[in-house]
Amino acid sequence: MKRILLYTFLGITSFITILPFLWMVSASLMNDGEASVFPPVFIPDYATLIQFQTLFVRLNAAQNFLNSLLLSTIVTLLSLFFNSMAGYAFAKYRFAGKNSLFNLLLTSMIIPSQVTMLPLFLLLKYLGFINTYMAIVIPGLANIFGIFLIRQYCLSIPDSLIEAAKIDGAGDFEIYQKIILPLAVPILVTLAIFTFLGTWNDFLWPLIVLTDNSMYTLPVALANLMGEHTKDPELMMAGSLVTIIPVIIVFLVLQKYYIKGIMMGSVKE
Amino acid sequence: MKSPSQKYFTNNSKAAYLFLAPAISAIFIFFFLPVLAAFIISFTDFDIYTLGDWSTLRFVGLNNYVKLIDDPLFWQALQNTFYYVVAAAPLSIAISLSAALLLNSKLIKYKGIFRLGYFMPVVTTLVAVAIVWRFIYHPKFGILNYILSFVGINPIDWLGDPAWAMPSIILMSVWKNFGYNMIIFIAGLQNIPEELYEAADIEGANGWQKIKSITLPMLAPTTLFVTLITTIGFFQIFAEPYVMTQGGPLNKTLTIVQYMYQEGFRWWNMGYSASIAFVLFIIIFIGTMIQLKIQKSKD
Amino acid sequence: MPNKNLNIFILVLIIFSTIQFSCSKEKKTFTEIKFWAMGSEAEFVTKLIPEFEKQNPGIKVKVQAMPWTAAQEKLITAFASDNTPDLCQLGNTWIPQFAALNAIIPLEMLINSSEHLSRGSYFDGIWRTNIIDGKIYGIPWYVDTRVLYYRKDILFRAGYSHPPRNWEELLDASNKIKSLFPSQEKYAIYLPTNEWAPFVQFGLQANAQLISQNLTKANFSSPEFTEAFDFLISFHKQKLAPIGISQVTNVYQAFADEYFSMYISGPWNIPEFKKWMKGNLSDKWMTAPMPGYKHEYPGLSLAGGSSLVIFSRSDNKKEAWKLIEFLSEAKSQIEFYKLTNDLPAVREAWEDSVLKNDLYMAAFYEQFHNVAPTPKIPEWEQIAFSKIQLYAELAARNEMSTKEALKNLDKDVDKILEKRKWMLEH
Repeated sequence: MKRILLYTFLGITSFITILPFLWMVSASLMNDGEASVFPPVFIPDYATLIQFQTLFVRLNAAQNFLNSLLLSTIVTLLSLFFNSMAGYAFAKYRFAGKNSLFNLLLTSMIIPSQVTMLPLFLLLKYLGFINTYMAIVIPGLANIFGIFLIRQYCLSIPDSLIEAAKIDGAGDFEIYQKIILPLAVPILVTLAIFTFLGTWNDFLWPLIVLTDNSMYTLPVALANLMGEHTKDPELMMAGSLVTIIPVIIVFLVLQKYYIKGIMMGSVKE
Repeated sequence: MKSPSQKYFTNNSKAAYLFLAPAISAIFIFFFLPVLAAFIISFTDFDIYTLGDWSTLRFVGLNNYVKLIDDPLFWQALQNTFYYVVAAAPLSIAISLSAALLLNSKLIKYKGIFRLGYFMPVVTTLVAVAIVWRFIYHPKFGILNYILSFVGINPIDWLGDPAWAMPSIILMSVWKNFGYNMIIFIAGLQNIPEELYEAADIEGANGWQKIKSITLPMLAPTTLFVTLITTIGFFQIFAEPYVMTQGGPLNKTLTIVQYMYQEGFRWWNMGYSASIAFVLFIIIFIGTMIQLKIQKSKD
Repeated sequence: MPNKNLNIFILVLIIFSTIQFSCSKEKKTFTEIKFWAMGSEAEFVTKLIPEFEKQNPGIKVKVQAMPWTAAQEKLITAFASDNTPDLCQLGNTWIPQFAALNAIIPLEMLINSSEHLSRGSYFDGIWRTNIIDGKIYGIPWYVDTRVLYYRKDILFRAGYSHPPRNWEELLDASNKIKSLFPSQEKYAIYLPTNEWAPFVQFGLQANAQLISQNLTKANFSSPEFTEAFDFLISFHKQKLAPIGISQVTNVYQAFADEYFSMYISGPWNIPEFKKWMKGNLSDKWMTAPMPGYKHEYPGLSLAGGSSLVIFSRSDNKKEAWKLIEFLSEAKSQIEFYKLTNDLPAVREAWEDSVLKNDLYMAAFYEQFHNVAPTPKIPEWEQIAFSKIQLYAELAARNEMSTKEALKNLDKDVDKILEKRKWMLEH
């Protein structure tokens, strides 16, 4: 009996939680003006793809989609490279200043990123990178949370493996490449998902540094659309759907890693 | 006597520095340096005139910070942000804890499906979601008022009424975030040893008693962690009010980060904007220290 | 080895993307000019471009759209990062900001060497909004101003066979309209407190100098502005105007429902009003020029609209000017009006029957002969949107007396102007 109650409660609450998404999908399939009626409709009379057509044909959403995809991929790959090297160094090497440096990095996670936005904007302007991919890639090259996660994971790699490789005459980078990276695949995948999602969903920074329509990522293009088409909810819902779908797919396929990553990030050493 | 690997790693700090170099340089140049620069800029009157002509820049000392104290809009933003944090954080934490407890129950199979439903808002793009909620909140065509009308509640202008605007944003924000903390709580719950519960069963404790005397105390470190990251995150809220209400109505949903953005990137009072950013940092810092101190005193 | 290939792949990807998106384009056989425009103007001006390109082979125009809500930020960001277009549409209240940045160029030389374009083609009040420190920075593209929209039938029932012509009549008519609906929640006029324009407008009508001492000292507490401010707030206090905007989610529907009978606003409302005032309501509304202060009629209104400006960093100024000349021809202006409902800035365009015979346009045409600009300082946007609106709302909701509101407004505005004051003194 208790079980039935529990299942019902869970079922209802999770349904309510995803209700906004259901409405979003439904409205995106409606014709112009169909969603602005009272009483509101939940199912379109005739499902139509015309909003998506407008998005991609008239409004160049494909370019925005491509920007988001390329940027998220590039930032993910680069930051994995940078972060994994640093995380490995913190885990397995001894050097002067290791602990102080690591603690400095950890405590600086408190600083809200908005503090850096203005000077970073000016710096990138002098480098000529505003309105280019570099403006998004550069701040994303390394991040402290990623280094922390990787270090956490690398700590559990047995020293004996590294020792054995060293005896075989392997150099530092070779050890990193052939031993550490393959072993770290689970955490790398986790971090990749975090970074990909984070970059895809990023809004404020791309809003500031990207000025051309053709450079916009999906969230920025979407906010732009909102500014103009407040009276076209169906179009907005289609835009939202296009923005969210890749993210949901990535999550669905890789949720095991993602959730594990969150758990790992929360466990104290 | 050091083992070969210990000796190896101790002598090989050069390799370590090389491994660290890319990430640390990036963080140094593109994070620490800008933070320092922002700090310096907050002591100047960098503004739109300066953008066109550097010679108009003046060093004004603590003037920006003094201006902040005298600025009613700043206090309004501060008040709004605190309102948001104080209302949304406990709500979000409570809901995520409850969800975690439910999902952790041994009575349930197919946990994955429900977890998916609860977690979906977390991964989705905030801007997209804010737009959807904006329409849900529409006074006339939104489904929220429609559903409420069935229980006899008159239409409320959720985003246009100064009294309801912030609660509306809080609701949306909690919906979006509770899944994340839920996962952390689940991890924490799974770390509680079974034997404790078995012992309690033997003593005849019921569900609530078990939760109160075993679960909650054992979860304390996790709860602290969750509270910390939630509070820090919530203090920085920007996108929701930016998309849904632009800070209105009557500046009732203007948050600190939004105010910083407005001053910096809309009116181009960049020195002033930098000082707002630092005040935010100080607030978050103090808040974090307080929470840690409270926890320490409890131990 | 997979990792090595991965590294190479990454490098190639980065280089490829960086090159593609960072470098400038290769030389073309024609000149491409970048034209940024906002909202529906951007959408519809593209329809005029083919004709321009036909008349000017060798010039291609690339139009980029921005929403109004983000346009100003985007433009200044573009300036700050050396990414400005060749020319763009600029709300004329923004011209002081961009002139102060030296982002746009004065246009005297280009105007003098132009065959058709001259000051005389334009409404004088509108032309003057583009003059900063004696130099002309923008060519008016389309204009708007605010006039009085009113319900003929309700005013008639209140004893007015003509729209109110001055402040006294406005107040009197409002009182009479209110007394027509003693038991219902209906109002006479809609004065949303989140619109600063009427307050500034009436202040200017009363001859208030909003900012004095060479535009460095706030003067909103002056007797003239206080009179105008008090006058408008009294409508809220006497419940002749609804407070707050949440009660009016659709202005046009409220107008049709008699929720209020008068509204001061611009030409962009006309299509929506036509939509809502249909059937037997269609002849019950009209536009009229602004009521004036004491005996002036029509009363002063604000000179709004957008101008076309050329950016200093443009390499294609001559070509950009050609586009401006094209868009300023009466023919283009009329065609643009038909697409967007934006009123032509060129006077000759008003001779066209489509405007001349339009009932609602007559009021605007008359009003354009008495329009004035807002103070031409870069800080005006912040002052209007962030401060005037705030204090108007506080006073209307009775959270502050008007005297206190204006005193605080002065204080806040002085702070905003402090830098300008310092710069002028040094």
